[in-house]
Amino acid sequence: MTYDETTLAQLTEDAAAIIARYPVKRSALLPMLHLVQSVDGFVSPDGIQFCADRLELTAAEVSAVATFYTQYKRRPNGEYQVGVCTNTLCAVMGGDRIWDELSDHVGVGHDETTEDGKITLERLECNAACDYAPVMMVNWEFFDNQTPESAKQVVDDLRAGKDVAPTRGPATVCSFKQVSRVLAGFDDGRANEDQGAGEATLAGLEAAKGQGWEASK
Amino acid sequence: MTELVPVLTATWGSEQSWSLDTYTKAGGYAPLKKALGMAPTDIIQSVKDSGLRGRGGAGFPTGMKWGFLPPDDGGPRYLVVNADESEPGTCKDIPTMLAAPHALVEGVAITSFAIGCNHAFIYIRGEVAHVHRRVQQAVREAYEAGHLGKDIHGSGFDLDVTVHAGAGAYICGEETALLDSLEGRRGQPRLKPPFPAVAGLYARPTVVNNVESVASVPSIIGNGVDWFTAMGTERSKGMGIFSLSGHVQRPGQYEAPLGITLRELLQLAGGIREGHELKFWTPGGSSTPMFTEDQLDTPLDYEAVGAAGSMLGTRALQIFDETTCVVRAVTRWTEFYKHESCGKCTPCREGTYWLTQILKRIEGGRGTQADIQQLLDTCDSIAGRSFCALGDGATSSIISSVKLFREEYEAHVEQGGCPFDHAASALFEYSDTPATEEAHA
Ligand SMILES: Cc1cc2nc3c(=O)[nH]c(=O)nc-3n(C[C@H](O)[C@H](O)[C@H](O)COP(=O)(O)O)c2cc1C
Ligand code: SF4
Ligand code: FES
Repeated sequence: MTYDETTLAQLTEDAAAIIARYPVKRSALLPMLHLVQSVDGFVSPDGIQFCADRLELTAAEVSAVATFYTQYKRRPNGEYQVGVCTNTLCAVMGGDRIWDELSDHVGVGHDETTEDGKITLERLECNAACDYAPVMMVNWEFFDNQTPESAKQVVDDLRAGKDVAPTRGPATVCSFKQVSRVLAGFDDGRANEDQGAGEATLAGLEAAKGQGWEASK
Repeated sequence: MTELVPVLTATWGSEQSWSLDTYTKAGGYAPLKKALGMAPTDIIQSVKDSGLRGRGGAGFPTGMKWGFLPPDDGGPRYLVVNADESEPGTCKDIPTMLAAPHALVEGVAITSFAIGCNHAFIYIRGEVAHVHRRVQQAVREAYEAGHLGKDIHGSGFDLDVTVHAGAGAYICGEETALLDSLEGRRGQPRLKPPFPAVAGLYARPTVVNNVESVASVPSIIGNGVDWFTAMGTERSKGMGIFSLSGHVQRPGQYEAPLGITLRELLQLAGGIREGHELKFWTPGGSSTPMFTEDQLDTPLDYEAVGAAGSMLGTRALQIFDETTCVVRAVTRWTEFYKHESCGKCTPCREGTYWLTQILKRIEGGRGTQADIQQLLDTCDSIAGRSFCALGDGATSSIISSVKLFREEYEAHVEQGGCPFDHAASALFEYSDTPATEEAHA
């Protein structure tokens, strides 16, 4: 393994915290792979060996799990994972067009990263935000109701190093490594940041209010 | 007119709706205290009597599922919340966890107490960062307030809750695949029986329930069984969140008694997109056979939707207007199933591959009339022959769309291409260039 001493010490400490959440150690594997991505930006050979050592598995067993899941990246990922939903509902509402224009604009295709290492593009399956179609995700934050122009603007801003705010979520998008740490279960203190619940989320509630309807008690 | 009933959604518009403070001020955690004073078997009986059925798609009676756990043998038993929400069209659990994560956490505490579980897990799909932050924080707040942890409110009941992140795999929503995934393995379905109630997580008795099912429990305990059964229809009781998406004026989450109709929901949502009309819709996500305007007045409950030839599923109402090419829609869903097939069984793994090949041929104008029959024959060799319900679900939109819109498949063959202008379906203006078609051919 090529981790330096401090990195390895921190990884070891974090892994112990993850393992402590489960009655059976192997359950820690998925969050530990997110943890590895938070350090290396992908599931590195070192990271695989690290997980194997901690969980008393073979590297082959860890790899077999990692390759099953699309969020685990086999090559160094861009600083921003930009995904356009092209499942049916979003695709029809304009997601296909957004993908085409964005991919042209950035110059990379599905699961490819720009040369500056900033952006990895991905075609996504339904991200459970269909009421905000067409949807784009940046490092797993919601960018709702997109157009080709808005999507390109977001990516341009990211490449220019500007802060970018999702439409629902925290005040700014963090890096791929930082979000991977959140998925590993470590608090980044941003839960109370908010861009508003979103119009579609509240649509039924507003309709009920308009009619003076409440659930009885 | 059926009235909307904001129960789970009631506080979503409040200031810091996700905080413990907001939730408590709205009466939250009083049901937990009430439950802790009840006998666990009485809680299970109440949930049975309420008629609550699983909100994760299959509609299995929740109280009955809890009742299937074998008698206590002194060893651990588990509650696992299915927060994997990935069925195309389904988008209710994510806003629930963003806006009111404590409803879920309180439901977890009551359910765990009822079934004798001391360690519960919330398995959340990985692709929703802010949901993880909100649920992790809610769990932390609940520990600090003594709603979780040791000797909860002096009851002697201990409960730990672990929030777990998935990593991108639709199949992990299937309950036994979810359990394998939670055990740190590839997410592939297990052979049933044994059912999770008998041998689930770590081969111990386990209840797997959907987010909305669990989040509904506090309202039942707090307001009573009669309150719950006063909503809904004969055999489909209570409220449910209906998620409208697609070509409607005001898409979003509408919480209503089961049995409301799409016509009523559309009225509340401002109708179909201006100047257009309804063409087809899914009542419960992409795995449920599609409907047309003929089912506008079908009560959206388990029985009526079933009798009309589909499934209530997750109440994911994806609405498409007349600009939408049904072959395009179905091809894309089928590519999804191919991509998400876990590969464990041959009918699904090979079948979804061939379905995609045929559909892409037809959509791209290179198909033959015989391909349409080939499509149905291939569905025949998948549906009912696959190891889990993903395989069946993959065939639903194909079979129902060929039945309803066969002439549209034929038109693709006859014209050697798609007769629709895809740009007309989009929410923004653009002109459809050949380059766009190429990208998906
Ligand atoms: C392919 C597939 C995906 C599923 N995805 C989900 C899901 O994301 N969330 C969910 O609650 N149930 C999902 N289910 C249903 C679960 O297997 C299970 O029935 C459900 O979690 C039980 O909870 P309930 O009784 O509270 O509905 C899925 C089923 C299949 C076959
Ligand atoms: S039906 Fe598909 S998803 Fe289900 S076990 Fe078979 S291959 Fe896996
Ligand atoms: S189809 Fe795009 S979020 Fe559901």
